[in-house]
Amino acid sequence: MEGAKNFIASRRIVLSSRLFELIPLYFLYFYSKISETMITKTVKDVQEACRGVKDGMTIMFGGFGLCGIPENAIAELDRLNIQELTCISNNAGVDDFGLGLLLRKRQIKKMIASYVGENAEFERQMLSEEMEVELVPQGTLAQRCQAAQSGIPAFFTPAGYGTEVAEGKETRKYGDKNYVLEEAFQADFSFVKAWKGDTAGNLIFKGTARNFNPVMCGAAKITVAEVEELVPAGELDPNQIHIPGIFVQRIFQGEKFEKRIEQLTVRKK
Amino acid sequence: MALTKEQIAQRIAKEVKDGYYVNLGIGIPTLVANYVRDDIEVDFQSENGILGMGPFPFEGEEDADLINAGKQTITALPGASFFDSAMSFAMIRGQHVDLTILGAMEVAQNGDIANWKIPGKMVKGMGGAMDLVSSAENIIVAMRHTNRAGESKLLKECALPLTGVNCVKKIVTDLCVLEIVDGKFKLLERAPGVSVEEIQAATEGDLIIEGDIPEMDI
Repeated sequence: MEGAKNFIASRRIVLSSRLFELIPLYFLYFYSKISETMITKTVKDVQEACRGVKDGMTIMFGGFGLCGIPENAIAELDRLNIQELTCISNNAGVDDFGLGLLLRKRQIKKMIASYVGENAEFERQMLSEEMEVELVPQGTLAQRCQAAQSGIPAFFTPAGYGTEVAEGKETRKYGDKNYVLEEAFQADFSFVKAWKGDTAGNLIFKGTARNFNPVMCGAAKITVAEVEELVPAGELDPNQIHIPGIFVQRIFQGEKFEKRIEQLTVRKK
Repeated sequence: MALTKEQIAQRIAKEVKDGYYVNLGIGIPTLVANYVRDDIEVDFQSENGILGMGPFPFEGEEDADLINAGKQTITALPGASFFDSAMSFAMIRGQHVDLTILGAMEVAQNGDIANWKIPGKMVKGMGGAMDLVSSAENIIVAMRHTNRAGESKLLKECALPLTGVNCVKKIVTDLCVLEIVDGKFKLLERAPGVSVEEIQAATEGDLIIEGDIPEMDI
């Protein structure tokens, strides 16, 4: 009896070790079939990048102040005169640059932002109720983007508990602290700006121009990235990539980046 | 004499301890960085995505891709790091930042703070303030004791829309240093030459005054 058990056990070992021998062969087969090029995300220009943007859509824009904003896409939406937009962006630009361009022509029906203090026209349209505004705590804004990016429908955050931000929202106590339920955004397009990108849609950001751009990638149905420098896939070091190309549907090299400075502060040498 | 905003910043700088990660709000809080002792190690976080914020750049060396939360051009110190907005607020909500210093329009004696909106008049938005005050363990408010109309900003209850509830620990105004204790303002220090009576007259909320109140050392 004991002998029979040992025999079966030893057969199992033999069988499983045979399987292990076969696994490398399977991968050899798989790797020989794999395509040697990455999926190309390149579009030729901003016109092609903005194809499909329609009146009434909800659109995310990366950037903090004027730093790291997708200025080529904004200029194109201004030119196309797309109307009735719901815009999700930390700020609303200044009067004559950034989202201020779309405000000027009343293209924005609703603005979702955390801070809008730099823009006089914005304040006027908001106070006169010509435009709907949803002010969202900055961390909540980022997390609502990231939730959309990562398939999380809602999350609890302490930000805004006990304030008008929490009105009408579910709250819950964990430990001795209260939290507010906030939902992921649902957007049609996300326009982001990166420093470098490759044809596979991989992105690298620079300095504090990173801000909301990474969390908006893949947070809308279509993500459009404009980059200062577009290189062939393989030229960027995979270790240095901030956003993998899977989150980006269209990428193009911006024709021009003004990169305006909002508050120039310097010291003397 | 009431303190200047530089002196308020100077007094708050004494609260900054060795090894602290600090988030500075816009206005007077930004000035605090100028007065932190240089024999201690302190890292400044700006919520737009930098840890290790340095001074303003030299003329001609400014970089449009390098700003602070006030949209001012800055520099990055050796050892600094950049990150996205979600990670920035992970640092904040996750209580990895040790000290938050911010301005306010009103503070109530239970620690409530209002600093983002005057209904029908001024709406700039809360920026990162709601995330900061809901999470930080250690919040210091830097502000003037009264508003332009001479009315107290230290109240029994805030009249303006709140930014956060029961969160402020300490307040440094141009007249004094206060701590929130048992739902009241406890007077800790006076500005040089400012009397307890003057502070009392400028404070609408309940004050706790115990023993002799020392003048602040600045």
